[in-house]
This record gives sequence, C-alpha cells and structure tokens, in this order.
Amino acid sequence: MSPQPDDSNEPLVKIRGLRFYRGERAIFDGVDIDIPRGLITAIMGPSGTGKTTLLKLIGGQLRPDAGTVHVDGQDVHKLNNKDLYRLRMRMGMLFQSGALLTDISVFENVAYPLREHTRLPESIIRKLVLMKLEAVGLRGARDLMPSELSGGMARRAALARAIVLDPKMIMYDEPFTGQDPISMGVLVQLIPRLSKASRLTSIVVSHDVAETAGIADIIYVISNGKVIAGGPSEQVANSDSPWVRQFMDGLADGPVPFHFPAPPLEADILENATQPPADAGATL
Amino acid sequence: MVQMRTMEVMVGAFMAAGFVALFFLAMQVSNLSSLAGGDGYQVTARFDNIGGLKVRSPVAMAGVRIGRVAGISFDNTTYEAIVTMQIDSSYNTIPDDTFAKIYTAGLLGEQYIGLDPGGSEEYLTDGGKISLTQSALVLEEIIGQFLFSKAEEGGGDE
Amino acid sequence: MEPLARLGRIGIASLERLGRGHLLLLHIFSGITDLITRPRLLVAQLHSVGVLSMLIITVSGLFVGMVLGLQGFYILSQFGAEETLGVMVAASLVRELGPVVTALLFAGRAGSALTAEIGLMKATEQLSGLEMMAVDPIKRILTPRFMAGLLSMPLLAAMFSAIGVIGGHFVGVGLLGVDEGAYWSQMQAKIDLHEDIYNGVIKSIVFGFVCTWIALFQGHDCVPTSEGVSRATTRTVVHSALAILCLDFVLTALMFGE
Repeated sequence: MSPQPDDSNEPLVKIRGLRFYRGERAIFDGVDIDIPRGLITAIMGPSGTGKTTLLKLIGGQLRPDAGTVHVDGQDVHKLNNKDLYRLRMRMGMLFQSGALLTDISVFENVAYPLREHTRLPESIIRKLVLMKLEAVGLRGARDLMPSELSGGMARRAALARAIVLDPKMIMYDEPFTGQDPISMGVLVQLIPRLSKASRLTSIVVSHDVAETAGIADIIYVISNGKVIAGGPSEQVANSDSPWVRQFMDGLADGPVPFHFPAPPLEADILENATQPPADAGATL
Repeated sequence: MVQMRTMEVMVGAFMAAGFVALFFLAMQVSNLSSLAGGDGYQVTARFDNIGGLKVRSPVAMAGVRIGRVAGISFDNTTYEAIVTMQIDSSYNTIPDDTFAKIYTAGLLGEQYIGLDPGGSEEYLTDGGKISLTQSALVLEEIIGQFLFSKAEEGGGDE
Repeated sequence: MEPLARLGRIGIASLERLGRGHLLLLHIFSGITDLITRPRLLVAQLHSVGVLSMLIITVSGLFVGMVLGLQGFYILSQFGAEETLGVMVAASLVRELGPVVTALLFAGRAGSALTAEIGLMKATEQLSGLEMMAVDPIKRILTPRFMAGLLSMPLLAAMFSAIGVIGGHFVGVGLLGVDEGAYWSQMQAKIDLHEDIYNGVIKSIVFGFVCTWIALFQGHDCVPTSEGVSRATTRTVVHSALAILCLDFVLTALMFGE
C-alpha cells in the first residue's frame, strides 16, 4: 500500500479487528475505528477500558495480538524500527503527566525534538521554539524547570513540544483529567485552535464527557473491549442506546452495574455470620 | 552553559584523579619501578637445593638489595638448580669468587640470596658464574639431623 | 503438586527476567555508536555517577586503610613482622577491598540513584515520551549511564586503594612507628604489577559492568509506580551486593588460584 496524498478521503488511522490481551483479560476484543484527517476524534469510555493502550497501539509502542493498525496507509506493526521512528516523527503525543524531561528547562524540552531530528542552526531553533511556546501561552515560562510548572502549564509545555516538529496528527491522553477549571478551559480552547490552524488530525482520549463532546467532531465510545457507539458527535450525544446514555449522562446504575460482580448480599452476610470461628482461627 | 562548564571541569578532575591513583598504584605500590630498572647484568649460580626461592626473590649483599632472581631452571644431567640473577648495573664491582647462599628472612619469612664477597681482583660481568654456593636450609632436614644426633647421644649413654 | 508448580513458576519468571536483562544489555550496546557522536551525554553522566561518588569512596578508602594499618600492626607485631605492614595493607586493598568495597559503595550510592532515576522516568512516562518523539530512550538515556558506570568504577577503585595505602602509611608509619622505608620497599617488593594491580583493575571493571547493568535493568524493568520504583531500588542494592561478592569469589579463584 502506498502512502496516500494528504487530501484523500482515506482516514489517517484505520484500525481493523484489533485484539489485545493483558494476561487472560481482553482489553480490546475486535475493535474497528476510522480516524478521519483534519478532524478531532474523541475516544471515550469508562476508566480501565484501555484508552491509553489504544494510543500506544497506534504509536507502535505495543503490539496487538490480532488485527491491524494503519497510519497514513502504513501498517504500524509491520514497519521496521527505522520506518517506525520516521512515522513517529509525524505523530505527536501528549501524555497525561506531560512527560517533560525533568532535568532540562521548558525551552530545552520544546527544543529537544528539533535538536534530535534536525540540524537547524541555533537561531532558527530559538525562533521555532518561541513560536510554539507562544501558541500555548508559555513564552514567558521558557526558563523555568518542569518542576516549577503547575500541572496545567506542564501539559501545555508538553503540547508545545508535541507540535514542534509540525506533525500530521496529535494524540491527547486524558488532557482534561486533574485540571482546575481554568486550565481545563485553556486546553478546551487550545485543542480545536491547533487543530483548525494547521488541519491537524487530533485524537482525544478522555472520560470527561462534557469537555470532550464539546470539541470533538467524531466520537467513539468503547466499553468492555468493544466499540458500542461511533459517529459524528451530535449523533452519538443524542443516541438512545442505554449504554451510551449511561456513560454520557453519568448515571450510577445502568447496563454498567454499580456493583462489582458478587454473590447476593444476603448470602454473603449470612455466610460470614455462620462462620466467624473459622475466620478468627485463620487470622490467628 | 556555565553549569556545563563546571561539570566538564569536575569530570576532568575526576578522570585525572583516577589516573593519578592508578599511576600511584603502579609506580609506588607495585614492583613496576624495580622491574623497570632492567639495565643491569645477569649472573648464574648452581644450587643443590633452592628451597622456597622464587623468581623475583631479592638478591642482597650485606643486607642491601642489589638485584633480584630473574629465572630458575633445572639441569637434567647434574640434577642441580640453575638460578639466574639480575644485578643492578651500579653494583659492578662484585668479586668473581663471591659466595652465594640462600637465606631465610626471619623464621617464617621468604627466602632470598645473600652474596658474601670474596677477595678476588676480578669482577663479575654479564653472563658470569658464581661457583661457590650453599643450598637453602630445609627445616625438616635440620630437625631430622637434630633428632638423629640426639638419638645417637642417647644410645651412647646406655 | 502445588509447591512444585510454584517452584516452576518462579523458575520461569526468573528466566524471563534474565532474558529481558540480556536483551536490554544488547540494546544498550547498540547505542554505543550513537554515543560517540554525542560525548556530552557521557560527560553529564560521568559527573553524576563518578564525581558525585568520589567523596564517599575517598573517605571510606582513607578509613579502611587506617583500620588496616592498625589491625595489621597489632597482628604482625606479634610475629615481629611489622616491617611487612605495607605489604599487608597494599595487598588487601589492591586485591580485595579496593574493588569490592568500592563496588558495594557504588551500588549503594550510584546504583540506587540510577535505578530511582530510570524508574521515575518510566513512571512519569518520560521514557514513553521519548519513544513517541522518535528517540530511542535506551540508546539516549541508558547507554551513556552504562558507559559512565563502566568507566567510573576502575577509577574509583584505584582512588580507594591509593588513598587506603596512604591511610595505612599515616597510621603505621606516622602513629605506630613502622619504618618508612620498610613500609614502601616491602610493598614494592611483594606487590606485583600484573598479578595484583591489573587483576584488581579487571575485577573493578567487571563489578562496574555488573552493578550498572543491574541498576539500569531494575530501573527499566520496574513497575511504574512509586512503590515499584522503591522496590526496584532496594532490589538493585541487594542484587548488586550479592553479585559482587559471588563474582569476587569466582574471579579470585580464577586469578589467584592457579
């Protein structure tokens, strides 16, 4: 398969029949996802559904047990190391913790991919870094060390680093988790702005329904290793499937039960009531 | 950049200190300096028994170290040990009728060759031979002889 | 059957770890060519691994040498052999204590720090982050640390021994009155450059290799949580100490056994 031209209608990321197991447990059990070019695609689902794992599978950091992941027409898991690294240079990823290198300043962090992958003169590196820092509003913080940044600032600095090589696509891993309302608002503004400015394909993995649904063009909802809903965001938001409703509306009980699977409460209590001597003996 | 500079200086100092330590161990602690003084001359001597003498054992004259044992070999026909000694070149007036004897330094110490000068006007040169030698004292033999003589004394009394 | 099955599980798990450790080592070696083009990375690591360990190594070396001088003097004076104090101090240091104690201190000072650093980088996704920036974290982060450990250890061990010999001289000659000339000359007569000094250096290179390898592997292989990192740090010190002492026996038997 040859790489597609940029303006084709072929989706940038095409996931087919993806299966991934962690031990005996299936994280993904036959997942098909298309991520179209130039749009913001949200992948949502309850915690523990392997949303971060999905990003790592797209980035080639993990190998699936079955199925394929094509990025820009290339099968990620059939690439050799060199081509995989070349592909990654066109992907940006924003980690939940920011993942800034802690022993160098914000400026050096953003400059790091440039210094690694290009032979640009120092003056151009400086200009590029300052432009990207300006885009995330941290030009003034360039000399700070990552430990001096707040969580939201660290994530923005990491965002500047992720876009410094002008990638085709950027993956956000839980960008809104653990943010105060202000920095959440900043990120909610930033993600679409970056996406529109350079027709950047964005994948947002999140369980923050309101913020994510507000910025996404396409939404996929994953639960129990399967895609339970997918399509344009209004369509998914107004879906009447009970699963989707429970997740989108944040209902405590529904198809995903409030209780972790267990025998009936009465049986459990009665069993314990009849057996205290045995239990006490065991703890001694 | 200033930080990088001090770091470089400190790493340089670290490497230098390490190499100085290695150099110190090689020169001051080990026998490298005495091996290096290889400009001397060699003489050989034959012994009936060299006891515990080893290559690199000291060769001393009047208690002063003047060289070392460079090699030990065995003569298949005479059944003697041939000891080659490396004598420092500054000690070049050793008479050729010098007497070589294997001593033990202290009761349990290691063995060394002691040279007792003779009265000859001729000096030893490279490849020279010392013909007057006395073997090492082997402790078991001395004790054996001692016990044997005691036993004889005891037998005489009866 | 259960104990047998458990034994089997432990065996398989250890073999797996061993395999991962060797793969990691190969990967680290593959980064050496890259390192040659970026010597600055090595300088930074020599600083944190070598320079920062220097103080503890030299101070320990001084005191170990002084203790050797003291103990050696009391034992040797019972045989009237105080003159050989220098030999005893130098031989103990150069052959055994220098490489072994340096390696143990190194595992505690630099090894644990390396594990914690790598483990923390893993826990905070810095390693994954590098990977996604198309930078190989093993070549960029682990290889310079490995080479720094390998280079630092023999230098540190030499410093330890040299300072120890001086410490022994200070106590033996300075305080207890052993003859200065005898201290050095007996030492020079008995300590052999090849048999003692070279073998000591070889020992310390082997220890440096093993200690750094263990530290990096534990850091890279740890469970990426704060608890996982602290467990890995403990494991680094324990495994390194065991490996050093076992290897010391093996190396001593090979080198000085004949």
